[in-house]
Parts: sequence; structure tokens; C-alpha cells
Amino acid sequence: MALTKAEMAEQLFDELGLNKREAKEMVEMFFEKIKGSLEEGGQVKLSGFGNFDLREKKQRPGRNPKTGEEIPISARRVVTFRPGQKLKARVEAYVGRE
Amino acid sequence: MLPQYLDRENEVTKSDLIEAIAKQQSHLPSRDVELAVKCILEQMSQALASGERIEIRGFGSFSLHYRPPRTGRNPKTGESVALSGKYVPHFKPGKELRERVNSNAGREIQTDSK
Repeated sequence: MALTKAEMAEQLFDELGLNKREAKEMVEMFFEKIKGSLEEGGQVKLSGFGNFDLREKKQRPGRNPKTGEEIPISARRVVTFRPGQKLKARVEAYVGRE
Repeated sequence: MLPQYLDRENEVTKSDLIEAIAKQQSHLPSRDVELAVKCILEQMSQALASGERIEIRGFGSFSLHYRPPRTGRNPKTGESVALSGKYVPHFKPGKELRERVNSNAGREIQTDSK
């Protein structure tokens, strides 16, 4: 199972007593604001969780995996996530199922 | 504290997000917005800490990647240390986020000057 927006909204309803519509809007807005900031070229720093950074990638050679044809991968701007210390420590403590 | 949108260029913090959402949700006290944002982030951390994925359409997904055990070195003493395997959080941006971010490629980004 994966955590989704619906579950997050449900929790806001249960825990904070927002009504269902408000809870849904809140979750929507949270992610929309992050997307908007990144779109505008701003780094997003969420202390305790992590940072969303932007990186400029140069053009590099690529290949169509189906046809084997060589096609360059164009220069682009990408988002990277750097987890914060606190999140890293919490995740490290997870022993896994294997 | 000063409103942070003005004095720090191109860097958005949790309190900036809270402020921006509160402005749009003017019927809600900003304290509620603050609690909501913290609650969302806590749920996300909690999910990852228990090995659960996070899937947000249009934004992206978070999962755990396994790092196998390795021998590291204490950078101060040069001594080898055995490091056990661990999990690290990984984020894969969704299609919409990738496209929106790339639409401004080439325009200025301010990188952290630290």
C-alpha cells in the first residue's frame, strides 16, 4: 500500500477536524505550492523532511531503447530531492522485509 | 519574523508555504494551516519510516532504496569501519512536475550559495 492524497486528507479530517472539502483542498494546495515554486525556479526547503533542488542538465547522448537508434537527450532542468537528517535517520531505522 | 518571500530570493521554506496557503484559504486560521502542513509532512515521514511508498499523481513518488553494507573510512583517522546496509528515501518526480520545471529551463535558478 502507498500513502496517497486521499489518505492525507482523511487524516486532516480525523486529526484536525477540517471538513472533507477543506482537507482535500489543503493537500492539493500543499503540493501545488511546491510545484509552483519549483516551476518558478525556487528551491523548496522543508525542515525535518528534505529539500527539493533544481539542477540544469546538459545535453547528452541517448538511445531509443526499442529501436537502438541514437538520439541526443536534450538539455533540461530537473528536480532532485535531498532528504534531511531527521528523515534519513528515521528511514535508516527501518529494517526492511527481506 | 519578517515575511520571507521578500528577503530571501528563490528559496521557499515550510513557513513560506504555510503563509502562501493561509493567504488563499483566508477562512481558515493560519494556525490550522500550519498544523495541516505539519500533519502532511509527518504522515509522509511516517510512511517512509515504516517502509511504505508515497504516490502523489502529478507530483511524484517517494520510495526507499536499499544501500548494501560497505566498508567505510573514518575521514579523520583513516581507520576502516564496517557500515551496515540501510535504506534511503528516494523521490521520482511525476510527469507534470517534470514538464513544468523543465518549461523554465535556461532561465535563472538561484543555487544555494552556502
